[in-house]
Amino acid sequence: MKKVLSAAVAVIALAAGMSAAEAADKLKACWVYVGPHNDGGYSEGHDKGRLYAQEKLGDKIETTYVENVAEGPDAERAIERLARSGCKIIFTTSFGFMDPTIKVAAKFPDVKFEHATGFKTAPNVGTYNSRFYEGRYIQGQIAAKQSKAGVAGYIVSFPIPEVVMGIDAFMLGAQSVNPDFKVKIIWVNSWFDPAKEADAAKALFDQGVDIITQHTDSPAPLQIAQERGLHGFGQAHDMIQFAPKAQYTAIVDTWGPYYEKRINAVLDGTWKPEQSWDGLKDGIMQMAPYTNLPDDVVAMAKKTQADIESGALHPFKGPIVKQDGTEVIPAGQNLDDGTLLGLNWYVKGIDDKLPQ
Amino acid sequence: MRIILERRADPSKAMQFASPILAIVLSVIAFFVIFVVSGIDPLKALEVYFIEPLTAMWSIEDLIAKATPIILVAIGLCFCFRAGVWNIGAEGQLVAGAIAGSFVPIFFPDASGPLVLPAMLVLGMLGGMVYAAIPAVLKTRFGTNEILTSLMLVYVAQLFLDWLARGPWRNPAGHNFPDSRTFTDGQLMPTLPGTEIFLSFPAAILIAIAAWFVMRYTRFGFQIRVLGQAPRAGLFAGFSHPRMVMASFLISGALAGLAGICEAAGPIGQLRTSVSPGYGFTAIIVAFLGRLNPVGAVFAGLLLGLSYMGGEGAQIALGVSSQTTRVFQGILLFFVLVCDTFIIYRPRLAHAPARAAHPAAR
Amino acid sequence: MLESILLTVITAATPLIFAAIGELVAERSGVLNLGVEGMMAMGAVAGFAAAHVTGNPMIGVLAAIVAGVVMAALFGIVTLVFVANQVASGLALTLFGLGLSGLIGDSFVGIPGVSVPSLNIPGLTDLPIVGRVIFGLDPLTYLAIALTIGVSWFLFRTRGGLVLRAVGDSHGSAHTLGYDVIRVRFLAVLFGGACAGVGGAYLSLVYTPQWTEAMTAGRGWIALALVVFGTWLPLRVFIGAIVFGGVSILQLHAQAFGIGIPSQFLSALPYLTTIVVLVIISRNRVLVSTNTPAALGQSFVPDR
Repeated sequence: MKKVLSAAVAVIALAAGMSAAEAADKLKACWVYVGPHNDGGYSEGHDKGRLYAQEKLGDKIETTYVENVAEGPDAERAIERLARSGCKIIFTTSFGFMDPTIKVAAKFPDVKFEHATGFKTAPNVGTYNSRFYEGRYIQGQIAAKQSKAGVAGYIVSFPIPEVVMGIDAFMLGAQSVNPDFKVKIIWVNSWFDPAKEADAAKALFDQGVDIITQHTDSPAPLQIAQERGLHGFGQAHDMIQFAPKAQYTAIVDTWGPYYEKRINAVLDGTWKPEQSWDGLKDGIMQMAPYTNLPDDVVAMAKKTQADIESGALHPFKGPIVKQDGTEVIPAGQNLDDGTLLGLNWYVKGIDDKLPQ
Repeated sequence: MRIILERRADPSKAMQFASPILAIVLSVIAFFVIFVVSGIDPLKALEVYFIEPLTAMWSIEDLIAKATPIILVAIGLCFCFRAGVWNIGAEGQLVAGAIAGSFVPIFFPDASGPLVLPAMLVLGMLGGMVYAAIPAVLKTRFGTNEILTSLMLVYVAQLFLDWLARGPWRNPAGHNFPDSRTFTDGQLMPTLPGTEIFLSFPAAILIAIAAWFVMRYTRFGFQIRVLGQAPRAGLFAGFSHPRMVMASFLISGALAGLAGICEAAGPIGQLRTSVSPGYGFTAIIVAFLGRLNPVGAVFAGLLLGLSYMGGEGAQIALGVSSQTTRVFQGILLFFVLVCDTFIIYRPRLAHAPARAAHPAAR
Repeated sequence: MLESILLTVITAATPLIFAAIGELVAERSGVLNLGVEGMMAMGAVAGFAAAHVTGNPMIGVLAAIVAGVVMAALFGIVTLVFVANQVASGLALTLFGLGLSGLIGDSFVGIPGVSVPSLNIPGLTDLPIVGRVIFGLDPLTYLAIALTIGVSWFLFRTRGGLVLRAVGDSHGSAHTLGYDVIRVRFLAVLFGGACAGVGGAYLSLVYTPQWTEAMTAGRGWIALALVVFGTWLPLRVFIGAIVFGGVSILQLHAQAFGIGIPSQFLSALPYLTTIVVLVIISRNRVLVSTNTPAALGQSFVPDR
């Protein structure tokens, strides 16, 4: 039935696409995904954002996407093809699409480009990102409150600044509750490998960890937590349906409102390249409902969230001390965005060695 | 009822020409059915897939860029597969070539001049050869199955590249992003004037012609073909099997390595955590699609390039899943293999009673 | 802790055991099917979909068997009836299976799966250390053990097994003796497909009850390596799967202990181990030559 339905939807979409081509006054907004549009993780988050923008802006726009695009020359070709096919704004959603985006943008000055999680801009290229670390700080606090073992497990993909930032924020949050909190880290060298992520979760639990968090995309680790009666946090989505008893909360990517805003800016001619880095307060990410937690911990999490949103609390507030003991910033200062975006060191209290 | 194959006295000349065309026609029909089933206008889909990519210069340039590394690797694999040597690990040799060739721009970032790029290309080929020599030596010395060792080495090479690009070879000025420094002018592959076609494409065509000549007209090519088709006859004739294994592995390793460095110094322009979205595996299909003939591999590579371009176009224009391209490539390869059978064999339908009438056949 | 590490290793090994034992039977009959990965992917998606629709994981397993058999039949027709090259056909099957499973599974992504409950015998399952390892596994793992023993028995203790091996060692002689080579091989290939299908379903129903594209993540290739690793002997293949599972799990433990070796090197360890073991095994020529199906990968066309 589902297949029939989706086929029907495809036919309707096709018909819609054709009439749009005839009308030709719709703005075409396009996306490039590194994974399948329905990977249940990162790329799906962006696709939900696309559908949100489509729904909000209705017949003013037309959207399309290319999925499973490998970083490198394939990305350049895919982006260029979208630009040629009449897209007026193109969102390139993986950090590895940075150089291809810049290269193509130089050839198509009339097309607007937005690259997620990078740092290079141009007159027609802006960047956008989400301050995921804000959510990870809250998760760290919850973990330190809830863990009986005093140690959490962290399943990670690749040592890029985005990921390291998450680990540090998680640890800083945890230390704000329990200064002696520890974390065990496993790199699985993949964004998405359910079985390997599950194995990593099992290994962590077997080593005495009772809470896990992850910077990989599948719900497999949470399923293991559920099986073992232990707990963890969802990634990119509210994964509560996979682990109704195990998920405390999740960082939920909500790119939709941002996409709507930026497409609107193109529509009314006010688009300018920006380096946008929104956080909880802007709604570009949300915390899934706090569940399976005692009331006082929920209250603490909500208070921290409110403080971060109001700006009263910056997760990377001084003093921040590196693993080797050198102080990066003293008390009273916050770590600047430039340093954060290129972060490649652990804060004090993490015993693991960062792969260099 | 069952199908019975009868060996033809001579390979059918007519089928040699008709087979690839028949295979493509059958695949297109199968594809047609898939689109009808998934509720997409099949004619429109076929147009987007196979015609539209050829209607614009930029699209043809993209197609060529995509096909070039696949063709280079496939030429080398023709030697291996003809010799009955199953090198499945060309992807790993490609990665090894990209790493070896990138030594120059990474350790001597200021190097420039006419010799830099040739040095990189030579190093790339050497890197691929050395990496291909591992399964070759294991095969000739210990008899270890080369399908498995060469495949396992792919994963090892990819992980090693990942470590290099994120670790020691990371661009010091790159905000800790996992890429090497970008290559500079003298370290990059030039393009044909007025186009975006890299010089590696005409080079690949020349290499294909040279490889075809070697395979067809030299004693070495003869040895390879004999050992692949009739190993016993080859051994009686005094041909050395280990030498052929080694030679075919080294040739395909060199070409895969060349493809790797041509990618790094061409469309990518730097060393990244990944330099190929599986060209080394796609080349296996291309080698068979081109019937293990180096010139055939050029056409087959362009056809596969077309299916990639069409697949991207179909995603944008029709919302077709990217998996459709893979399904098509699988179907196409099946049909090519089946149709090629009819070059040597004549199929005949036999009914069960008919079989009983020929007890000698059992 | 030892108990649960053992459990993790067994879980990691089970899909490999299914796929490898199935491939072993096909190879013993002389057919090299490199399409294991594609058959597993189809098994995974069919198993997940059927279990999701019916709510019954066992129907899922049956559907996975059917999917594996259909894929294997396709391979059988191409390589046995039309005598196409087995290596290339196997690669085509992998490509086709991965792509098709992605298309079919499109609407099943992001849904929690129906999982298979583990055995629980009060008293026995609670025994220290061995309790859960012996009495607390999921039913499919017991099936994998039974399959290993059953195939071993079939190959070396029955007439059918003898015929199968004869066909794999010398199709010419087997044909002369009056055996229907194509038929025996076709059945062996179908059996291999069924096993690969269950191996795939194990991933989407037990290991991580969910479906996503390419969730087999190269396990079909490992299964192929394990067949050689085990020199075409079922019990050795079983041990090989446990060793491979063990190495991949222990590298994760090593990381969690914080030993400070780059994770890429640790991830490469299972592959390097496989290569080293393959080399060691192939140096033992007697062992290899007595067990390698001599006609492996060769097409057979009966002379008229």
